[in-house]
Amino acid sequence: MEVKSFEQIVREHGPAVLRICRAVVGPDEAEDAWSETFLAALSAYPDLPDGANVQAWLVTIAKRKAVDQHRSAARNPVPVDDLPEPSTAAPEDTDGLWTALKTLPVRQREALAYHHLAGLPYAEVALLLGGSEAACRRSAADGIKKLRTLYKEDRNGIL
Amino acid sequence: MASFDLAGAGTGAGAGPATAGPAAPDPREAAVLAALHTRLAAEAEAAGLLDVAYTVIDSPVGKLILAATDAGLVRVAFECEGVDTVLQDLGTRISPRILEAPGRLARPAAQLREYFDGTRRSFDLDLDLRLTAGYRRTVVQTLQQIGYGHTSTYAGIAALTGNPSAVRAVGTACGRNPLPLVIPCHRVLRSDGTTGGYRGGPAAKKILLDLEAAA
Repeated sequence: MEVKSFEQIVREHGPAVLRICRAVVGPDEAEDAWSETFLAALSAYPDLPDGANVQAWLVTIAKRKAVDQHRSAARNPVPVDDLPEPSTAAPEDTDGLWTALKTLPVRQREALAYHHLAGLPYAEVALLLGGSEAACRRSAADGIKKLRTLYKEDRNGIL
Repeated sequence: MASFDLAGAGTGAGAGPATAGPAAPDPREAAVLAALHTRLAAEAEAAGLLDVAYTVIDSPVGKLILAATDAGLVRVAFECEGVDTVLQDLGTRISPRILEAPGRLARPAAQLREYFDGTRRSFDLDLDLRLTAGYRRTVVQTLQQIGYGHTSTYAGIAALTGNPSAVRAVGTACGRNPLPLVIPCHRVLRSDGTTGGYRGGPAAKKILLDLEAAA
């Protein structure tokens, strides 16, 4: 039985998990969420069953971390001292997209991130979010539809 | 939109993963991910979760993969062994909690560089010999007695271990030495004077013998 090193897991899934974190918690918190997700995953990795869907597993951890982050953000003001250096690379157009994403209900945002960014089938999205597969499909579709409208309006506004 | 592309998402809906392979398209995104990787390695080390740290360095015998546990240097591998193969083997035999983390390998990397520069004749490093056991381990430990610029033979090492008939087993033990270069299996030749095999290939063995002979 071949065991993938955690290094390979980070390389394969790091980019997608970062996109998911940006979509779910926003560009400012995404790097903290990414770091917490992979640190927790590293800790649990030796116990991951053979043949498990690694991406789905990572998304589950990322979701838990996002929930923690929403909670602690609500409870505490951000401790400025502990903040990592702000990423110089946060692309501006992403901020625009995030502004649009932020207006979506959390459930729509999560449904479209887990399906369209993480590539999880709706059956697995439903396991993560609760509710039926059809309901998750609808949430993601509604989210995408609204996003397209907002994004278009935004562009028109700029022009 | 390169790093955050939802635009094409509708077309892939319902189909399989719309991923996100290992290819890093955007250099800015690659820099963010590299910084996140460095941070992860540091946090993993601080949390005691980094069971194996590794790095890849250049050398006159090709790229070398260096890996260390918290006990010390545990593996030196040649490029020809394949990075992925080596990592998978470490994952199976030690722990899959492996990350590229050059910090832990700074000392071995520096000493190997000095060795190849001809300014170092012996290594002063903590070694973790957990990847070798039994008679092979005895052989590996015996190899450390062969000084820089000197050579021995498979038969000679067999005799030194008190098991003179184990010539073939000595050959196997040298071939599976988890710490080549640092534990000098390259200094063991065949009794007929030919160089014999080497994990890094016969050409690498020749380079090392010439390097030490010239110094």
